[in-house]
Parts: sequence; C-alpha cells; structure tokens
Amino acid sequence: MKRDIAPWLVVPIVALVTLPLMSFPTWVTLTVAGAAMGMMIFLMASGLTLVFGLMDVMNFAHGAFITLGAFIAVSVLGRLAGWTGADSIGLNLLALMVAVLAGAIAAGAVGAVFERVIVRRVYHSHLQQILITMGGLIVAAQLVIVVWGAQPLQVPKPVALRGSFLLGGAAIESYRLAAVGLGVVLYAVIHTVLNRTRIGLLVRAGVENREMVEALGFRIQLLFVGVFVAGAALAGVGGVMWGVYQEIVTASIGDEMTVLIFIVIIIGGLGSITGCFQAAVLVGLTTNYVGYLTPKLALGSNIALMVLVLLWRPRGLFPVAKQ
Amino acid sequence: MPEPLLSLEGVHTHIGRYHILHGVDLVVPEGELTVLLGRNGAGKTTTLRTIMGLWRASAGTIRFAGQDITAAVTPDIARLGIAYVPEAMGIFTGLTVRENLVLATTAGRFDAARLDAVFALFPVLKTKWHDAAGGLSGGQKQMLAISRAIVEARRLIVVDEPTKGLAPAVIEHLIGGFRMLKESRTTILLVEQNFHMARSLGDGVAVMDDGRVVHAGRMADLAADEALQSRLLGLSLASHQ
Ligand SMILES: Nc1ncnc2c1ncn2[C@@H]1O[C@H](COP(=O)(O)OP(=O)(O)OP(=O)(O)O)[C@@H](O)[C@H]1O
Ligand SMILES: [Mg+2]
Repeated sequence: MKRDIAPWLVVPIVALVTLPLMSFPTWVTLTVAGAAMGMMIFLMASGLTLVFGLMDVMNFAHGAFITLGAFIAVSVLGRLAGWTGADSIGLNLLALMVAVLAGAIAAGAVGAVFERVIVRRVYHSHLQQILITMGGLIVAAQLVIVVWGAQPLQVPKPVALRGSFLLGGAAIESYRLAAVGLGVVLYAVIHTVLNRTRIGLLVRAGVENREMVEALGFRIQLLFVGVFVAGAALAGVGGVMWGVYQEIVTASIGDEMTVLIFIVIIIGGLGSITGCFQAAVLVGLTTNYVGYLTPKLALGSNIALMVLVLLWRPRGLFPVAKQ
Repeated sequence: MPEPLLSLEGVHTHIGRYHILHGVDLVVPEGELTVLLGRNGAGKTTTLRTIMGLWRASAGTIRFAGQDITAAVTPDIARLGIAYVPEAMGIFTGLTVRENLVLATTAGRFDAARLDAVFALFPVLKTKWHDAAGGLSGGQKQMLAISRAIVEARRLIVVDEPTKGLAPAVIEHLIGGFRMLKESRTTILLVEQNFHMARSLGDGVAVMDDGRVVHAGRMADLAADEALQSRLLGLSLASHQ
C-alpha cells in the first residue's frame, strides 16, 4: 500500500503560500501564534475525537472540561502568587505546571463522574447523547458560577511568560512558545501511548472495529472509560493553557471553543489523533494568517476551511477505516 | 456419549423487531470440524454472532465446555477459549500484521513455536510482518484473520465463510490450513457454502434454513447421499458451483 502523503502537506503548504504575502518577521510572529493556538486547540479536542471514534459518543459537554480547567488556573495561580510573581523562570514555570496538573486532575475526576452518571446511559442513541450532554453543559456552567461567581476573573500570568522577545526582527510571545512546547510534548506522549503500548493498540483497534476487539476478549467499556477520563483531563489542560493565554476567564470560555473543536475533529477525520493534531495546527495558522491579511473574513475562515477540506476529502484529512 | 464442547438448544434471536432464529439446535463435538451449511439468509451468521454474544439470544440455551454462556458478554465468552473469525474478517486495517496478531494473544507476547507454525501455514504473513494490514489482498487478510484465531491455543474456533470472494488457488491454500488444524484435533465450527471445501473438511454437518437447523448428521453420510444433498442444498449448490 502506498503511503498517502497529501494530507501531511496541507499545513506546510498553507504556511508557505502565505509567506510572500507579508514580511518575514510578521510571518514568523503569526506562525508561532498560530502554532501555539493550534496546540491548545489540539489539547482541548484530542479527547473528543477518540471518544467519538471509539464509542460513537457525541459529547457536547466537552467544553465544560475546558471551562473547569480555566477556572482551576485562576484558583491555583491566584494561590501561587509568590511563584507567579517571583523573578525566577523556574518558579514561574513550576506554577504553570502545578496549574496544568491540577486542571488535568480536576477535569479527569469530573469526567469520570460524568461518564458513570450520564454518558454510560445513552451509548446507543445520538439524539439522547446530544440532549443530555447539552443539558450537562448548562448544569456545568451554573456550577462554575456557584463556585467562582458570575464575574469574569483575571488569571495571573507568571511574569516570565508575559510579554514577548525579538527573534531576528520577529516578536514572539513567550507564553506562546511555552504553549507550543507543552503541546508538542503532550502530542508525543499521546502518540507514543497509542502506538507503542498495548492499551494504545486496543484503542486504535477499537476505533476501527469495536466488536472485533470484544471478540478478542477485551472489555471495550473499560477502555472507553479510560479514554473518556484521559480526554477530559487533556481538555482540562487545554483549558488551563487557554485561560492563562486569554488572561480573562468567564463561565462560557469552554462553550466558545466548542464549535472550533468540532470543526477541528471533523477536518482531521473523526477518531484520528494524527488528524486532530494536523487540523488543529491548520486551524490555528489560518485563523492567524486570515486575521492579519483580511480581518473581515476571520470569522468565517474556519468554516470555509472545513468546507474546502470536506469537498476534497469527505471524511476528513486522515479518515479512520470504520467497520 | 460425552457432552459436546458447544451446544445450542432451542435458540431464538431477534434483531431489532425481526425474529431471525426460530429455535436453533446444534452440537459441536470436541476435536471435530463441524460444518454449518445453508442458503443465503438462512441464519448462519446470526447463529455464530449469537454464540459469541454479539446478538443476545431471546430464548434457548447455549452451553460451552459445561458452562451456560447464553447471557454472557462477548469478552467473557472469548476468554473461555473461543476464537471468532467473522464474515468480514475483522482485520484492523490501520494496524500492522504483527499488531493484529499480538492483540490476539492474552499476555501480549508470542509463543515462538506457535508463531512458527503460523508462518509455516501462511509464509506471506512473515514477509508482511510490519506492513499495514489494510494493504493485504483479500486472501492474505483471510489468512491473517485465521492466524489470529490460532496464534494461541483455543478450545473452539468459529469461522464464518472464509472462502467468500477468494480465488480457487487461495481456497486450496486455506483448505490445507484447516487440514493441519484438524490434525491437531482443534475443534472447529465452520460456516461454508463451498460444498467442495465443506465435504473435504467436515466431520459433522448441520444444514440451516429459515432460522432453524433442518438437518444434522455426519458429513460422510451427506456426501454419499445425492438425493439428500439436492433436497437440502439444491439451491445453495446451484448458486455456488
Ligand atoms: N442487522 C440485521 N438487521 C436485520 N436483519 C438482519 C440483520 N442481519 C441479518 N438479518 C437477516 O437475518 C437473516 C439471516 O441472516 P444471516 O446473515 O444470519 O444469514 P446467513 O445464513 O449468514 O447468510 P449468508 O450466506 O448470506 O451470509 C436474513 O434474512 C437477514 O436479512
Ligand atoms: Mg452469513
């Protein structure tokens, strides 16, 4: 079988064709910004694509894990003011890492409860999934308001990650660089787990053919719970990073990302982690390039991108064989 | 007579609103190859899926190795020692040949001797070891599917129409494979419409029609009785030769 390389070329081509349209330093700035945004979107979206791929479950409450992560960032970084304000990159990064970890744990725990109490009951009906997870989203937003209040909250960004530095004439925000670093590391971890471990193998097999995995003697249900919790935790991490990036957090921060996340997992091919990563970077880049070149089109550019990709490849860039 | 390894008694299966199996009685004796014949739509695949717990029997009893498995879930049934090769083969196309096989081992490790036996049976799998299974030909996929069922010792192997859509040379190769399995006294339940293959391999035979087993006996008797053959299999023979 010859390897299908076309979908791998989309991101490089988009990055290259925009280069002549602007100055090189501007292009570098936008590309780093786009990559950072893409990494954060990837973290937020990765769980959703696997949950859908494995069990055909549509979870419209996924944004709640993002919101939760963002508010955990407010609380944790607020308490670590000594670290975030310290004149030490080490302590600054440590504070961010603590927030990331706390966001992952909190969102993972809530995800476990959500799977047990709600999602498990509606495995076989998309309509019920949509209705009940939408309901869950509303409840979650209210719970966030109960705990953190209805006012937008400021996130104390660690000092070393504020502002930007110049690299060959291009302004680079330090926080974006940190986001790219974390995103690449987590992508590598997810990729390794999926490709090098038995559990990962089972997840990939289950996305393709759930029945056969069961007929080989494995409980897909357990696998699914694991993926759901891991996906929620990743969304929590994405929420922490996104909240710190935005600097202001509201109860709707997760909902605002939901449409974008669905666009990303559809462009990437439902169930594909590679696709999710490529599509997230693609969306991040085009958002930034279009926002600079033709700001008026920024709003519609992601939808247009999705339409174009689907016209070319109706099942996304990296379609998963389904049986 | 010892208890058969697998037995179905009065098994009914509904798929949604449709009543598909109307009281299937079937026995698979230990150490034998039992062939399940029947025209298209007779209910052979539904019977196998009900055995595996992929459809739930709405009435009747399924027993395996002395245990009632009628209400058991698929992974538990598989862990009792039943390997299933579905009609569509169930190959994970995005995984390599090796990865497909390693998922069929309980501990995630190969037994070197058994793996060698698999390679002896189907040498092509060794040359394609690290290739994506999606790139295999239909016959190679079927070989991989069968290898998955034998890469570890199983008490029963259930195979649904392995020759469907394959070239005659590949079918001969598969027949050779099943012969070697028979020599090792592996118990097999084989759905097969190709009567040439069924006759040359089967010890016992059951014929289904319209959601029931309408004939059960020894393959040798059926092979010798042309009148019975044409009565039971007229249609399926005519459409498959
Ligand atoms: N998922 C399903 N939903 C509704 N009816 C089904 C389903 N699967 C099978 N049937 C029906 O059940 C009957 C038995 O089908 P089954 O697949 O068991 O037959 P078969 O003997 O395996 O046939 P074939 O030789 O074509 O594979 C057929 O009438 C078929 O249309
Ligand atoms: Mg069939």
